[in-house]
Amino acid sequence: MNKDVKVIKVKNLCKKFGDFTANNNLSFEVSKGEIFGFLGANGAGKTTAIKILCGLSYPTSGEISVAGFDVYKQREQLKRNIGYMSQKFSLYEDLTVFENIRFYGGIYGLSKEVIHRKADDLLKKLDLQHARNKRISSLPLGWKQKLAFSVAIFHNPEIVFLDEPTGGVDPVTRRQFWDLIYEAARGGITIFVTTHYMDEAEYCDRVSIMVDGKIEALDTPAKLKEDFNAGDMDQVFLALARTATNVE
Amino acid sequence: MNAGISIENLSKRYGSVQALKHINLDINSGELFGLIGPDGAGKTTLFRLLATLLLPDKGGARMGDIDIVGDYKQIRNLLGYMPGKFSLYQDLSVIENLEFFATVFDTRIEDNMDMIHDIWVQIEPFKDRLAGNLSGGMKQKLALCCALIHQPKVLLLDEPTTGVDAVSRSEFWQMLKSLKSKGITIVVATPYMDEANLCERVALIKDGEILQVNTPQEIVDQFERKLYAIKSDDNYQCLLDLREFEFTNSVFLFGQTLHYTDVRKEFSLEEVNSYLKSKGHLNLEIEHVKPGIEDCFMALSTKADGYE
Repeated sequence: MNKDVKVIKVKNLCKKFGDFTANNNLSFEVSKGEIFGFLGANGAGKTTAIKILCGLSYPTSGEISVAGFDVYKQREQLKRNIGYMSQKFSLYEDLTVFENIRFYGGIYGLSKEVIHRKADDLLKKLDLQHARNKRISSLPLGWKQKLAFSVAIFHNPEIVFLDEPTGGVDPVTRRQFWDLIYEAARGGITIFVTTHYMDEAEYCDRVSIMVDGKIEALDTPAKLKEDFNAGDMDQVFLALARTATNVE
Repeated sequence: MNAGISIENLSKRYGSVQALKHINLDINSGELFGLIGPDGAGKTTLFRLLATLLLPDKGGARMGDIDIVGDYKQIRNLLGYMPGKFSLYQDLSVIENLEFFATVFDTRIEDNMDMIHDIWVQIEPFKDRLAGNLSGGMKQKLALCCALIHQPKVLLLDEPTTGVDAVSRSEFWQMLKSLKSKGITIVVATPYMDEANLCERVALIKDGEILQVNTPQEIVDQFERKLYAIKSDDNYQCLLDLREFEFTNSVFLFGQTLHYTDVRKEFSLEEVNSYLKSKGHLNLEIEHVKPGIEDCFMALSTKADGYE
């Protein structure tokens, strides 16, 4: 992690839908290569904030830059420099493994040669060469998730946003997935991740916890546990989230 | 009545995928039983078979003395089923959904209010809202009310807590405990290993097979090796280094530590310590810890996959 380089800068981010304030004055920065956990109960406002950071929705107010690009004026450049993966949407089920890679590579403007070379490396690394021409729908969930992550960082983005990437995945595969995350972070890619698994919160360099649209806590897992006099992140989370009044 | 479930040699295949492989399982009447396993393990298939929505290829099951194939109509009356995917009518209101399910089972809401009262009061303020406009936690509560409105003896819950935050999850388990006190047999599927401890007994299931059935306590008591939690300034590098260590049996990230088992029965921790020191690790902490259900699941599933 390079603490001198901030790839996400958020200052006083507000987002309102009518009378409802979904994001209430969020301020934080994320360093290059950092694994940043973005936690909060359902309805706390996580998805709203992620959409803004990905250039898919305008904030109501605030100064926000992602990968050096302004979220009001430079959304197209921003999108080219980030990756995104969620459990709900990741790969096209009725395309093959290679077709998905080619599609994403093409979207991000990589040349045919680069796509072929990188696809070979990727399939070798994931031990998926035998599945190159298989449809995504025929793969086990664990393979899909690992492939989806690799595709999300195929164009070597500054930042990758992971929205509950490991839901429902078996515990061994979940850890293999985190191996990929650590490896990407070491390679300088910033990881912005949401999860409902509190043990995964421990794997993050820093964690923020949102309650009712505000960031109520932001620090390293060790410091948060100390501050809340808690044995693990689950207790920290419950102590904060139980104060919530927004029920989606 | 006896509302236990006995499953014998149950198998189901979809095309080339063997979803369930000769499952044998007995669930006691009035038990809170957990099916613990990842996506693709076969939990949903097992529920659909028990709910008489699929026919088994081989084997069968009974609830009390009622057969799931021959007496499927009786089964449907004594069973409440909450599928994993929200399956209420999104364009009906909360109260309309509940009335619909009551009518289908030829009963009335008022006659069954004692059964659902504690859950119903939490969603009653929203009774005229369309079900499609409810939050995740509220949908879950409505689905539970609809599954309970005909006073079933057996309740099947397919991943009721998946994608639900930690607070709502703990509330949901509170509701299950109070339902259990009414004598209902409850079978709940979950991919969250920590929820196993909230069940009386659990089956660990993966790839269509049951790895183990027991109380959560006995499952952890049967863990075969000594388990150590290791912490360093750089846990990820420590993980990579331990994978290269000649005596490593298994090493996994586990919250703020790594969980390590050694291939040897007797060994000196100092050896592990000095190996890691030679790799440049600072502030090492190594301590013996008790395994949890997740440790057991990983040990059993890697064994089943032939990694050991």
